[in-house]
Amino acid sequence: MSKILIIAEHAEGKLNAGVSKTVAAAKGIGGDIHIAVLAADPAGVAAEAAKLDGVAKVITVANPANANPVAAVLAPQIVELAKDGYSHVLFPGGTFGKDLAPRVAAKLDVHQVSDIMAVHSATSFDRPTYAGNAITTVEAPAGIIVATVRLASFTAVGAGNSAAVEAATVSATLPSHTRYVKLEAQKSERPDLQSAARVVSGGRALGSSENFKVVYDFADKIGAGVGASRAAVDSGYVPNDMQVGQTGKIIAPELYFAVGISGAIQHLAGIKDARTIVAINKDPEAPIFEVADFGLVGDLFQVLPEMTSKL
Amino acid sequence: MKALVSVKRVVDYNVRIQVKSDGSGVVTDGVKHSMNPFDEIAMEEAVRLKEKGKITEIIAVTIGGAKGEETLRTALAFGADRAIHIKDDGEIQPLTAAKALAAAMKKEDAKVLLCGKQAIDDDANQTAQMVASLLDIAQATFASKVEIDGDKATVVREVDAGLETLEVDLPAVISADLRLNEPRYLKLPDIMKAKKKPIETVSLGDLGVTLAAGLKTTKTAPPPSRSKGVMVKTVDELVDALKAKGLL
Ligand SMILES: Cc1cc2nc3c(=O)[nH]c(=O)nc-3n(C[C@H](O)[C@H](O)[C@H](O)COP(=O)(O)OP(=O)(O)OC[C@H]3O[C@@H](n4cnc5c(N)ncnc54)[C@H](O)[C@@H]3O)c2cc1C
Ligand SMILES: Cc1cc2nc3c(=O)[nH]c(=O)nc-3n(C[C@H](O)[C@H](O)[C@H](O)COP(=O)(O)OP(=O)(O)OC[C@H]3O[C@@H](n4cnc5c(N)ncnc54)[C@H](O)[C@@H]3O)c2cc1C
Repeated sequence: MSKILIIAEHAEGKLNAGVSKTVAAAKGIGGDIHIAVLAADPAGVAAEAAKLDGVAKVITVANPANANPVAAVLAPQIVELAKDGYSHVLFPGGTFGKDLAPRVAAKLDVHQVSDIMAVHSATSFDRPTYAGNAITTVEAPAGIIVATVRLASFTAVGAGNSAAVEAATVSATLPSHTRYVKLEAQKSERPDLQSAARVVSGGRALGSSENFKVVYDFADKIGAGVGASRAAVDSGYVPNDMQVGQTGKIIAPELYFAVGISGAIQHLAGIKDARTIVAINKDPEAPIFEVADFGLVGDLFQVLPEMTSKL
Repeated sequence: MKALVSVKRVVDYNVRIQVKSDGSGVVTDGVKHSMNPFDEIAMEEAVRLKEKGKITEIIAVTIGGAKGEETLRTALAFGADRAIHIKDDGEIQPLTAAKALAAAMKKEDAKVLLCGKQAIDDDANQTAQMVASLLDIAQATFASKVEIDGDKATVVREVDAGLETLEVDLPAVISADLRLNEPRYLKLPDIMKAKKKPIETVSLGDLGVTLAAGLKTTKTAPPPSRSKGVMVKTVDELVDALKAKGLL
């Protein structure tokens, strides 16, 4: 039977929502599911993790060195935990897991499965390649499996559990070659892009950060998170953490509005799992219309304010 | 101070990918290939660091079949001083690529490895981190700003929550994100000059790397296609349609 270790992503004492989706993937594999919380003070995060349905045990590793998510510091500790008979070590597939998982895999001398989007068996998984344009089914060789989970492909599990929490000590020597300096986070009152049920994204067509106001106004009216194309980010209209796509965030909202976005494959890679896509673009030939469930040809600077006023 | 830059030959990002009908992979024969766009950014960064006097020599490395030479020539045109072609016609998975790059780092006594954060074919996003792990050195992935000062680098990273800053001791591995820089446009004289620059060819075996069993791809399929939707003419029509579906 599988014994699965999930590495908890967390910040400011809160468990990241992706961990619950990672548990959903682990349930697909089946077996004993444990969550490891490495933190300076893991108690609060561990309590949240213990509530997730399907989790048998939460393991905490308290160390001041774990105050910030530095991969080089976390990896040797995870390697040590993993050696306790685990068949799988899973990471939520955001930048935290992407940075950390390969560091663990290489130390264990195993290949890694990136971005699991479906589980066929304990060793066989689907993963996206070519910006999601080819889905490959891979079979992992014998040995421990290190993988990241594509969060947009899984639904969060319930939170009615009360798993045991156990403290662990690890003796791994931690490197001093990497020092965390700071995080400049964008504080936003809007719903988080990756968990929002509705998302409105703006593209190059917005033309300036001031003009993005029409997007924010509409998003606020319908309670949506706000995203952007790479062109909008590169042009400096909005910060980098709003980018949706192959190299930005992969999202799966119920409702997605692409406003003034042409629909490049790299952008579409981020929204393949959106339930309903609405495109607003002045060019009737824009490729975004090929994937949109509803399309409206028009000038966004007229369409969006009109939508906002009519809702 | 030497910098290594890994450059991978991939299907050009403008190509519409076609999955073979027998599910054995994607069509790559007769399809335009170019340097992985993230590696172009890594290459550009290396050249800028050299122009600023932070590094003295740039060595481009690729792992793969004979056609990888085209990619190395591109790297040389960007400004790499010389290149290493680790020739192998087999399946190079990230752990193998990482072992080869780690061996090359050691052999050259390079202080920094610059690479793309992911290759746009397999989208694995693993190699850089694995090299750092194998060598027990620092990693700074998804870089959007790199400053080298003596034997330290300060790197701003694009993470989900915003922009994170790390300070790392060299040697280190740095992987490039999109906004690190805008790669230069290659000029004909540079392309001509690149033809004369040296490329050393070695095998994985020369570097002490053996191909271990990796992941086996059992099937490749196109993603589920979205059916074409409806075009509406007015805002009212759109609002009504979304309300009818219970979406607004
Ligand atoms: C390696 C790589 C990775 C990439 N990763 C990503 C990624 O993660 N995410 C991403 O988004 N892109 C990514 N890109 C970039 C991608 O290829 C496109 O360049 C980008 O998505 C284009 O953004 P856009 O649609 O906003 O701009 P454009 O393609 O310029 O489209 C603007 C659209 O706005 C329309 N428009 C203009 N004015 C109006 C108006 N007044 N009203 C309505 N419509 C209007 C136009 O008709 C046009 O269709 C990547 C590229 C590469 C090479
Ligand atoms: C015939 C064939 C079949 C293959 N089948 C499979 C398969 O079934 N499953 C599978 O996972 N892989 C397979 N591969 C390997 C695959 O093409 C990739 O080389 C490998 O998975 C690395 O993944 P990536 O490039 O996405 O790595 P990433 O970790 O995304 O690459 C990041 C960076 O590492 C560097 N890098 C990575 N590889 C190289 C390289 N070769 N040369 C120089 N720099 C490099 C680049 O700087 C790159 O930007 C096959 C390769 C071949 C030739």
